[in-house]
Amino acid sequence: MIVLNLTDVSRVHGRGDAAVHALRAVSLQVEAGELVAIMGPSGSGKSTLLHLAGGLDRPTTGSITVDGVELTTLGATSLAAVRRQKVGYVFQDFNLIPALTAIENVMLPLELDGRGTRAARRAALEALSVVDVADLADRFPDDMSGGQQQRVAIARAVVGDRSLLLADEPTGALDSVSGEQVMRLLRDRCDSGAAGVLVTHEARHAAWADRVIFLRDGTAVDQSGPVGIPAALESELA
Amino acid sequence: MSVRNSLLALLTEGPKYGWQLRTEFEERTGKTWPLNIGQVYTTLARLDRDGFVTAAAEVADADPSQRHYSLTDAGRTEAMSWFASAVQHESAPRDELAIKMNLALSLPGVDVPGLIQAQRVESMRTLQSYTKLKAAVGPDDRAWEITLDLLIFHTEAEIRWLDHCEQSLRLRPARQNSSTPRGYRAPTTAKSQR
Repeated sequence: MIVLNLTDVSRVHGRGDAAVHALRAVSLQVEAGELVAIMGPSGSGKSTLLHLAGGLDRPTTGSITVDGVELTTLGATSLAAVRRQKVGYVFQDFNLIPALTAIENVMLPLELDGRGTRAARRAALEALSVVDVADLADRFPDDMSGGQQQRVAIARAVVGDRSLLLADEPTGALDSVSGEQVMRLLRDRCDSGAAGVLVTHEARHAAWADRVIFLRDGTAVDQSGPVGIPAALESELA
Repeated sequence: MSVRNSLLALLTEGPKYGWQLRTEFEERTGKTWPLNIGQVYTTLARLDRDGFVTAAAEVADADPSQRHYSLTDAGRTEAMSWFASAVQHESAPRDELAIKMNLALSLPGVDVPGLIQAQRVESMRTLQSYTKLKAAVGPDDRAWEITLDLLIFHTEAEIRWLDHCEQSLRLRPARQNSSTPRGYRAPTTAKSQR
């Protein structure tokens, strides 16, 4: 089942001679259970693509659907509702609210969506358990390590069974072991049915994806994967 | 050198047969570098000659597989000094990709950005395969995980090098020879240089 569908999506900033083509006629489908990584140099359009996919920005031309809902024609209120209910974000700098505890951060999108406090608390605790930080539920972000904060951010991104998970350099602020743990969690969430899009400049982390799309100057120039396990190495697992 | 030192290291645990050394070497290194039994016995014979190991056999001139090898004091010192010293990278290994890149840059009509991108996709595919293997490693298979990590970091380094080459070529384009070397024919499908 296709969760995210971009068809011929372009994004132009400015007009005339000053126009900057951030994205040029990019098409991309991401299915439930699939993790897709986007790689490319600075200015290649990676973040623009992610913002468009999550309804944080609107394309100049083209169509974007999430779970079959066309985002480009939605009004601001409906678009905000789609973002809350269907899309989860993970950012490089975690973006947790410092005055709220871990569990309150995770409850927030549910409460904004009208869920009662008790139900929101139960769902948030479950999301924190999935990423192995339920014991930190009552801590404030400042009292947690970077890796722990990113786990809370992932819990917030997946709480309420959102179908699309968007991650913008989620390992950028973490050491290599914590970064790998975050990638394992994102992979797990996709293996349990979410569709994921990951923007990263680290090949080692992009390699956790089923497919890696290479962007250059706003255009998707190549794709790597999906791959199997090379026969020569497969025997090692036996 | 690595086989010689590995055999000495394994013998610090106590006397072992040649076949036993081979099995233990392969198991402890994640079965990534298969060892020929002939190579094990040749190495042991050399270590015996140099006074680092002694071979005990119940009958004189016994088959190598019947010999029980143990370390001499000199062998023990040699094994310990291997762990205490860093591995030397004395010369740059011959690398087909580096050679190919250098030649591509010096010959006319080669699509260098195309070469870089094709290699990047291939290296990423390799990295994805290693990562898939890593995701499946059991908690007890530390040797295999560490070996996979080395392969992963090496492949990542190659991709970073390709990114670096690409960026540096954009800023400072290569001066490819304008004259066509004798007998060289530019590929007809090559895209024009950026």
